[in-house]
Amino acid sequence: MADYWNIAPGMENALKECFSREVEADVTLEFVIPEKDFNNAGKGSSEVKNLLKRLGVDSEILRRIAVASYEAEINVAAHSVGGKMTSLIYDDMIHIKFEDNGPGIADIKQAMVPGYSTADDLVREFGFGAGLGLPNIEKNSDALHISSEAGQATLVEFLIFFS
Amino acid sequence: MIKLTDYMKAIDAVNFTPALDIGVIELEGAYVCDMLSDVMGSAKPKQAWITIMKHLNVVAVASMTGIPVIVFAKGNQPDDTVIDKATEEGIALISSPHETFVLAGKLYQMVKS
Repeated sequence: MADYWNIAPGMENALKECFSREVEADVTLEFVIPEKDFNNAGKGSSEVKNLLKRLGVDSEILRRIAVASYEAEINVAAHSVGGKMTSLIYDDMIHIKFEDNGPGIADIKQAMVPGYSTADDLVREFGFGAGLGLPNIEKNSDALHISSEAGQATLVEFLIFFS
Repeated sequence: MIKLTDYMKAIDAVNFTPALDIGVIELEGAYVCDMLSDVMGSAKPKQAWITIMKHLNVVAVASMTGIPVIVFAKGNQPDDTVIDKATEEGIALISSPHETFVLAGKLYQMVKS
């Protein structure tokens, strides 16, 4: 499997530890994301956003979480045969994992290039497929990890801190 | 900053979300685009979103991005599922018979004057 990390220099150890925290999250939410179901893709992000809003998370941080999470949800619906979203909410951050059942990303570096997209016509008809999903996730998250290869499942996970 | 209701008069707009209090919405500009990811990447709160896309996902995009109002150009009208979802999420939906160029131009003029 190929791994892609976007972590601020000097923060590697601290942030990689946050991706595999041993303490249990305060709240864990799980949503199934079916293939090409654009009417329901977004429900997970919407619930997470509403919960964090009730918990008093700052509105600009909330916007970053919502955008990154919705983009990732749409990616699973648009590009995979389906998968799931798991949100781990701690008192200081949120860790959201998107795991699908393939068919994988052949070249993650290329997928990160703004404007590059493999989206099909149906996806484009909905106004998606601009090739900005992964770059938007990277832009809005504090740390991003992608693990994938052609023919395999993909994991996209990111961290966003509340302050 | 201008009032949405003043902008609506200037563009002959109709309101599809009468259940919402649109009188409180103020705008400092707009984002004009039909590609959803570009909107999520670049639009800002307090901007109207001018588009011809009118399916359910535009409401989700507006909600995630913090956009208060979607302006459908060229008389495009959303269907009831979209209106219900927008009302639930607190996103105002309005439609104008004018084209995008005119809608953006009028708003620009109002905001700058």
